[in-house]
Amino acid sequence: MVGAWHVGTVVATNTETPTGRSIVFDVPGWTGNLAGQHVDVRLSAPDGYQATRSYSIASADSTERVQLAVDKLPDGEVSPYLVDDLQVGDQVEFRGPLGGWFVWKPEQIQPVQLIGGGSGVVPLIAMVRAHAASGSTVPFKLLYSVREPDDAFFADELRALEGPLLEVTWVYTRKTPHGWPTPAGRVTQEILARATFAAAENPAVFVCGPTGFVETVATHLVALGHDPVTVKTERFGGK
Amino acid sequence: MDHVDGNALAGPLSELFRFDLTTTSGECRHCGDVTVLARAMVYLDPSGYVVRCCSCDEVLLTVVTGPQRTWLDLSGISGLQIPAASETA
Repeated sequence: MVGAWHVGTVVATNTETPTGRSIVFDVPGWTGNLAGQHVDVRLSAPDGYQATRSYSIASADSTERVQLAVDKLPDGEVSPYLVDDLQVGDQVEFRGPLGGWFVWKPEQIQPVQLIGGGSGVVPLIAMVRAHAASGSTVPFKLLYSVREPDDAFFADELRALEGPLLEVTWVYTRKTPHGWPTPAGRVTQEILARATFAAAENPAVFVCGPTGFVETVATHLVALGHDPVTVKTERFGGK
Repeated sequence: MDHVDGNALAGPLSELFRFDLTTTSGECRHCGDVTVLARAMVYLDPSGYVVRCCSCDEVLLTVVTGPQRTWLDLSGISGLQIPAASETA
């Protein structure tokens, strides 16, 4: 049912970046989720105060394990707790799976272009995993923009999954790896034209990241000929 | 203030509607654009949210939550196309 509240118990955490980590919850009664869906996480203080925030789901399978990946916002109310304090055995409430629009299903036949900024890669990781697990032969491309190499979520897994059906393009906005052929810089229209599926190839396009990143990328994509309706976006606010 | 996408409202709106309103197409009363609510622009506020049309920026709906009741104003939407239940899972 849409919007049911569950209690999840933390079974594992993994540091992904200097400010972010992934968390696996065991959720009795969870019946799986589509790649790209999110949950609302609700924290309750002893005095009854509650705070709810949305987080994308990194996992996309039919088990009772749900993986989230969270980046800490310096002035955040919920993310610092999830990244710094939550421990194995702790419980949180969450509602979901949510959202039937920013999703990829294995029966879709068009090529898929994923564009993520920072922790905006999380729902895209779910799509990459679902694609690999399903045996789908549609080509995927991921363009992943991070400030510097250490800021990438799931970097080792992405490198392992790269192949004929998954092309990954990295964009470093502040600091590149040693010997990187191009200087650090933001995603430009020229990079998008070179590294992503052209509008004529009729790709399904998913863009997720901070609001400013998504606005910039979506504007460039429309300028490159993509129909705005085919470019699905998920902004998570902030810069 | 930064906005997010209508997609983010799937949870809060599930408290008010029995179907996923974010995959429902609505017609903007101001400009006539018809699109899924997931594409609208959402401005979050501690007391609720304002949803604006992605074409003309006018207000489609507002939700204000108080301690005793919730106010829902849908006056910016002139019609909703709700998928059959089997399509909304």
